[in-house]
Parts: sequence; C-alpha cells; structure tokens
Amino acid sequence: MDQTERFQAIVDAEEKIEPTDWMPEEYRKSLIRQIAQHAHSEIIGMQPEGNWISRAPTLKRKAILMAKVQDEAGHGLYLYSAAETLGISRDEMLRLLHTGRHKYSSIFNYPTLSWADMGAIGWLVDGAAITNQVMLTRSSYGPYARAMVRICKEESFHQRQGYEIMLTLCRGSAEQRAMAQDALDRWWWPSLMMFGPHDTASTHTEQSMAWKIKRISNDELRQQFVDMTVPQADYLGLTMPDPDMRFDEETGHYRFGEIDWDEFWAVVKGDGPMNRERIAAKNRAWDEGAWVREAAAAHAAKHAAAARRSA
Amino acid sequence: MTALATVTTASFAYALRHGDDNLILAQRLGEWISRAPELESDIALGNIAIDHLGVARTLLTYAGELEGAGRDEDTLAMGRTERQFTNLLLVEQPNGDFAATMARQLFVDAYQVGLWEALTSSADATLAGAAGKAIKEASYHLRHSSAWVVRLGDGTEESHRRMQTAVDGLWRFTAEMVTPDDVDDEMLSVGVGADLAALRTPWNERVGAVLDEATLAMPDAAFARLGGRNGLHTEHLGHLLGEMQWMQRTYPGMSW
Ligand SMILES: [Fe+2]
Ligand SMILES: [Fe+2]
Repeated sequence: MDQTERFQAIVDAEEKIEPTDWMPEEYRKSLIRQIAQHAHSEIIGMQPEGNWISRAPTLKRKAILMAKVQDEAGHGLYLYSAAETLGISRDEMLRLLHTGRHKYSSIFNYPTLSWADMGAIGWLVDGAAITNQVMLTRSSYGPYARAMVRICKEESFHQRQGYEIMLTLCRGSAEQRAMAQDALDRWWWPSLMMFGPHDTASTHTEQSMAWKIKRISNDELRQQFVDMTVPQADYLGLTMPDPDMRFDEETGHYRFGEIDWDEFWAVVKGDGPMNRERIAAKNRAWDEGAWVREAAAAHAAKHAAAARRSA
Repeated sequence: MTALATVTTASFAYALRHGDDNLILAQRLGEWISRAPELESDIALGNIAIDHLGVARTLLTYAGELEGAGRDEDTLAMGRTERQFTNLLLVEQPNGDFAATMARQLFVDAYQVGLWEALTSSADATLAGAAGKAIKEASYHLRHSSAWVVRLGDGTEESHRRMQTAVDGLWRFTAEMVTPDDVDDEMLSVGVGADLAALRTPWNERVGAVLDEATLAMPDAAFARLGGRNGLHTEHLGHLLGEMQWMQRTYPGMSW
C-alpha cells in the first residue's frame, strides 16, 4: 500500500486524519480553503449583528446579543487554530481575507436594517449554518471535526434564541409583525444561497465526498433546511416570500422556486450590498490595531530578553 | 420627609448610580466588538462588557424595587433622560483609541475592586450579594487592563506616547469616583454604603504601581471634573443614550 492508499484507507474506515499524518497536497489545500473560509465567515459575521448591540431594545436582549457575537469570535478562534494545524498562520489567512483573496459566507454581505434582523439571522442564518455543519462534525480531518462539535452546540443555541426573538415579534404589535415579515422577506433567499450552487454546477464536490470533507450535497442540504424551516415560519404566522412554495404530498418535501443565481454570483464576486463595507471595516480595525499588536510584541520581546539576561 | 423615606430615597439613588456606571460602561465597551486590534481582544472586551452589563441589570432591577414605583431595569435604562442618569463622567467618555479604553478601564477597575470589596460587608444583603459576585469579575478586569497598560506603556515609542496621552486625558475624571456626596454619606452612616474616602489611598497605590511598571508618569493635575452623580454630564452621554434608547423611544410600550 502506498501513502495515498493508506490515507484513503484511513478515511474510508471513518478514522481521523491528524496533523502529523501524511495527506495529499490537494486535501491539505482544500481543507485550508474550507476551514479558513469558515473562520472568516464567523469573524465577518460579527459585523451585521454587532451593528445592533448598541441599539438592542432591552438589556436582556443586549446581553444575549453580545454573548452571541462573542461566541462567533470564539468560533473564529477555534477554526483559525484548526487551520493552523495544516501549516498556514492566522496572520497569513487574515492577509488573504483583507486583500479579498479568501472568501467568506456571502450572507454577511447583506445589511441588518431592523431589530427583527437579529431574529431572522439567528433563526435562518444560524439554522442554515447548522444544517451545513452537522456533517462537518464527522469531517475526516480530526481538528476540524472536533472544533465543529463545540461550534454546532452553540449554533443551535443561537438558532433557538433567534427564533425566540421572531416569536416575540410575531406575538407583538402589528408593527412588530410587519418588522418580522420584512426580515424574513429579506433574509430568506440569501439563506437558501448559503448552501451554494446546484449540485450540477458545483465544482470540487466529488473529490470532497471521497475525502469525507463534505458528505451531503448542496441541494440535499438546502432541501433539509427548507423542510425544517417552512413549518417554523407557519407557526410564526409568517408568509414565505416564494409564490412557488408548496408541500409535495408524494415526496413529503416542500418544493420551492428558483434562486436568483445572478444575484448569487454577483454577491460572490464582490457586488453584494455590503461586500466593500465589510472588508473595509475589517481592514480599518486591523490597521488601527497595528500599533497595539506591535507594542505587545515589543513588550514581550523586551521581557524575554530581560529574562535571558537574568538567567 | 421622614428619616425612613430619606434612607429609602438614598438607597434607590445608591443602587441606581452604581447600576448606571456599569450600564454606560458596558454600552461603551460593546462599541468595540468586531473592531478590536485582534480577535483575543474582541473576546476579552466582550466578556468585560457582558460582566458590567450583568452588574448593571442586577442593580437597576434592585433600584426599581427599592423605589417601588413599578420601574424595571429597562424602564430605568431606556426611559430616563440625560439629567436623570447618575453615572460617573469617566464611564461615558468615548472609547478613543485602545490606549484610552484601557486607561479608562484601569481607572474604573482599580476603583471597583475597592468598592465591591467594601460592599461585600454592606448591611444590605442584596448589595452585598451583588458585590460578592462582582468582585471576582472586577479582579479579572483589573488584571486584564493592568497588563495592557503595562504592555502599551512599556511597548514601543508610539504606544508609550498614546498610553501617556490617554492617562493624562482621563485623569481629571478619576477623583469623582472617590468623592462622596450626600447619598454616599447617608448610605455609609447606615452601614450600607462604601467609605469612598477610604478607597482613595488603595486606588492611588494600585494605579500608581501599574503606571510605574508601565514606565508612565502619574499626572499631578489637581483639577477634578465632577457632576455625574447630579446628572450634570459631559456632552457625550446624550448621544450614547440616543442610540441606546432608540428602539424604546421609537416603538414605545412593546415587549421585545
Ligand atoms: Fe458561529
Ligand atoms: Fe452562531
């Protein structure tokens, strides 16, 4: 058995590949891309929700929202660490993000325009993220799989909190119900886009399946998400912004209309409503923090030198 | 007014002012989330903000109970005007750069460690309980802010300059923390409140030691800016409230 066969045998046996194991260069590259993109999404995702921390309607909601945004920062941190085990540094990943060469989830290129968006994001965006990520807890790459176990637990908590915001709005005043419906109208289609292109248009899929870094196809995951979410919207008394949405008795699935793929690709390529703002804000925070990071490094170096002298 | 009524009014004012300090500081720290110099700082500042907000919620809820007029934490936070807020001027100061935020935090943390410590033996069991929890958090906050002030003070030339500027700029707001007014005197006399005058020396020592290690000079300016406890604020507070209270002002009387 050569290295490649041995590697595939481990994967096929549902055992984990660990950082010190041999792995094909393409596997390493795909994983770096996948994990870094995931980490970047957590970090950029802090912006749209961070936008409402100062304006949360009650102190309890403010505390929950702060904790949520902070969880996302924590997710970013574990994921950057998982990616670092593949031989790329966090600074390098951030550089690739800041210069637009690494992507992050397009959903965060939409603006948060009302308090109801905090509900819709938790319910739909964290909901779609969980649908995508449950399979990643069984990723063939050990450090990623382990990071995902913890992250998924927190994401389902976020989803419940988001749904609870929606529920409160939907049981509130007419103005609050309208706010909730408007948020669903704006976030529904971008949430469906989170699962990526149709299986027929998706590159990488076959190899990723064989390597068990992806286990379920984009269209299947999207269908799972729709089937889970439509009854939740019914319970809220909200209307799905899709005239083609109907329950198919035969298959037991909800059928839905076609995604606007022009919009999807426009946002992926940088022409979403907030792409430029998100990256500009990230770069601004990074650049304004440069003197702080330099000072911390200089201080650590001075003290290491002093410790050496006294040793 | 009867003596009992005075004490009740002072108890309300006392819980309220400490609630306000923590609320306004949490609101300021929350502004950093997603804008910090690195991910670890985003997380640390978020943690600290959440702690202060937790203390604020406990104390504002308690203030509402003491008042007995049916106001809860949200009515108190969202329904008062600038002149009715009684927080320290220091906590409403804008974040500025990371050095200014860390200087503000060091000053507050060094004060709160002493304050909560004193209040753990308050005759008021609710305050003593809140202080017992808050002191653990404040000790962690103080370690965090002290470490940063030292790193920045004794880091690069630029960070030293920024850190000194921050310390000098905020110094005039520090005396207010340890300057007692009638409410403090009243609460101290009934065994509920902390002796603020007694917090002065430990505060100076704590802050002095950190500045020293950070190779920073302790300002000797005597000018003290007061007024927060009487609702006489800097111009910054109104804008902060405008944002914080926006939802409740725009959509009054709804539950969220
Ligand atoms: Fe997350
Ligand atoms: Fe989340």
